[in-house]
Amino acid sequence: MGDVALRVEGIYAGYVPDLPILKDVHITVPRHSMTVIIGPNGAGKSTLIKAIAGLVNVRAGRIIHEGRDITGIRPDVLAGYGLSYVPQSDNVFRTLTIRQNLDLALRKAGAEAPARLAGLYDTFPQLADKRHEKAGALSGGQRQFLAVALALANRPSIVLLDEPSAGLSPKAAAEVLEHARALTEQGVTILLVEQNVKQALRLADHCYILAEGRNQIDGPAADLLADPIVGEIYLGAKRLQAS
Amino acid sequence: MIQNLIDGILVGSTLSLGAIGLTMVMHLLRFANFSHAELLSIGAYSAIVFDAIFSTMLPFLAAKIGPLSMTWALALSVVASMAITAMSALLIDRLVFRRVREKGSELSMVFASFGVAMIIRNAVGLIFGLGTHHYTKDIVFAVVLSRDPMILIKPDQVFTLAAALAIMIVLHLVLSRTTIGYALRAVAENPALAQVNGIRLSHMIALVWLVGGGLAAVAGVFYGLSNQISPMIGRDLVLPIFAATIVGGIGSIYGAVLGGFIVGIAANIALLVLPSGFSPSVPFIIILAVLLIRPNGLFGEART
Repeated sequence: MGDVALRVEGIYAGYVPDLPILKDVHITVPRHSMTVIIGPNGAGKSTLIKAIAGLVNVRAGRIIHEGRDITGIRPDVLAGYGLSYVPQSDNVFRTLTIRQNLDLALRKAGAEAPARLAGLYDTFPQLADKRHEKAGALSGGQRQFLAVALALANRPSIVLLDEPSAGLSPKAAAEVLEHARALTEQGVTILLVEQNVKQALRLADHCYILAEGRNQIDGPAADLLADPIVGEIYLGAKRLQAS
Repeated sequence: MIQNLIDGILVGSTLSLGAIGLTMVMHLLRFANFSHAELLSIGAYSAIVFDAIFSTMLPFLAAKIGPLSMTWALALSVVASMAITAMSALLIDRLVFRRVREKGSELSMVFASFGVAMIIRNAVGLIFGLGTHHYTKDIVFAVVLSRDPMILIKPDQVFTLAAALAIMIVLHLVLSRTTIGYALRAVAENPALAQVNGIRLSHMIALVWLVGGGLAAVAGVFYGLSNQISPMIGRDLVLPIFAATIVGGIGSIYGAVLGGFIVGIAANIALLVLPSGFSPSVPFIIILAVLLIRPNGLFGEART
C-alpha cells in the first residue's frame, strides 16, 4: 500500500445503467510515477479517468486513493482529498481571466495563496505574462498549461490528465507531456490518458492498454514500447520501425 | 418621444432586476423557468405585509422619505421581502425543481415551472384577494423636467432607477472581484469543471436561487411603487422578463441588464406608433426578432 497512490479494483462503470463501458478494469498507480493508459478509440480510457474523478457512476468495484475508498465520492470532495483531474477539452474557465482562474483554484489556500500563485507563475511563466487576459483567448498550449496549473494549485498528490496533447502542435504537445513528466520529480503522481502513444510511452514509467472496456496488457512503458506485438497491434509497427 | 424613452428606461430597470435572476437560473439549470416572475409577486406582497407590521409596531417608520412616496417602513420591508422571496425561491427548488431535475428531463422542469407559477399566483390571490393594492394611497405628483418638450418624472421613479443601478453595480463588483463571483461564473460556464475544481454545485445552485429571489423581490416592490399590485403581476411581467433574458443572451448577467432596458424602451417607444392595447405584444415581437436574427442573444454563447 505504501508505494501505491491509486488502485482501481475491478470497476464496472458507464453513463447508462446496465450498459457498462468499463468491465472489470484494474489498474495500480505507483506513487510519484507517471502511468499512461492507452488503447484504441472507444476503449474506455477517458471513461476510466472520469470514473476515478467521480464524474461517471461506478456500478461495481472499488477505487482506492492513498488507502481511502473513494468510490462514488463527489468530484468536489475528491479535489479536497488531493486528487486533481484535467479534462481533455473545456478544461479552463474561458470567461475568466488567467488570474481569476487561479484565484478561484486557490480560494481555499488562505494565507498561502499569494505564495502559491507566485509559484505557479514561476512554473508557468507564459501565464504570468498574460494574467489579465481571458482564458478563452489563450492558444491551445497555453490553455493546457493553465489547466495543469489549476490542477496543481492545491498541491494534489495525484493528477489525472485526459489527453493533454489533443489538438496541440507537436512542439506544444511535447512540451506539455515533458512538463507532466517533470511533475513526478516534484512528488506528484501522474495518471495520463494519451493518444500520442509513442511519446507517452517514452516518458511514462508504467502503461496499461485497454480495449473494449477491459484490461488487455500492462507493464513497464519501456518494455511495451519495445514489444513488437504491442507495436504491431496498438502502435503501428511501421511507425515504430521508422522511429 | 423623450418622455417615452425615460419611461422605458425606468421600466427597463425593473425588468433588468427580474431578468438577472432568470438568466442565472436558466443558464445554470438549463430550463425556462416560467415561475420566475411570480417571485416578483411574492416580493411585492411580502413588502405589503412587512410595511403594515413595521408601520404598526414602530409608528415613527411610517414617515415618508423626503420627496418619495416610500416610507422608512417600506424601505425596511424591501430588505425583509428580499429575505422572504429568496428563501421562497430556495424552498420551491427544494420541494419541486430539485426533485424533478433528479428524475426528469429539462422539459419536465419547464412544465413544473408552469405548475409552480399557477400555484403561487392562485395562492397569492387566495391570501390577499384578487383586488389591487398600493404601497401608498397618496397622490404623488411628477416633477416637470421640461415643458417643451413636456417631460415629467416622479421622485419614486428616479429612486427606483438609482437603486436598481446601484444593485447592478454591486452585483457586477461581486462577480468581477470576488472568488464567490468567480465561482458563480465558473459554475454557469462549465459545471463539471467547476466540480472537479472543488466547487460544490448544490451550494452554487442554492446561491443562484437566493440571489435571483432577492433581486426579484426588489423588482416586485419597485414595480409596485409605480403600478397597482395584483396577483397578476407575474402573468403581466413573465414575457417582458423573458424577452429581456433572450435579448441579452441566456447566461449573460450583463446581457440581462441591457435586455431589460431594451425591452422597456422598445415597449414604451412602441406606444408612439401602436395603440396602447398592442403594447403587450412588443415583448413577443422582440423575442421572435432576436431568435430569428441572433438566436443566442446579444451576449449569449451557443452551449454544447
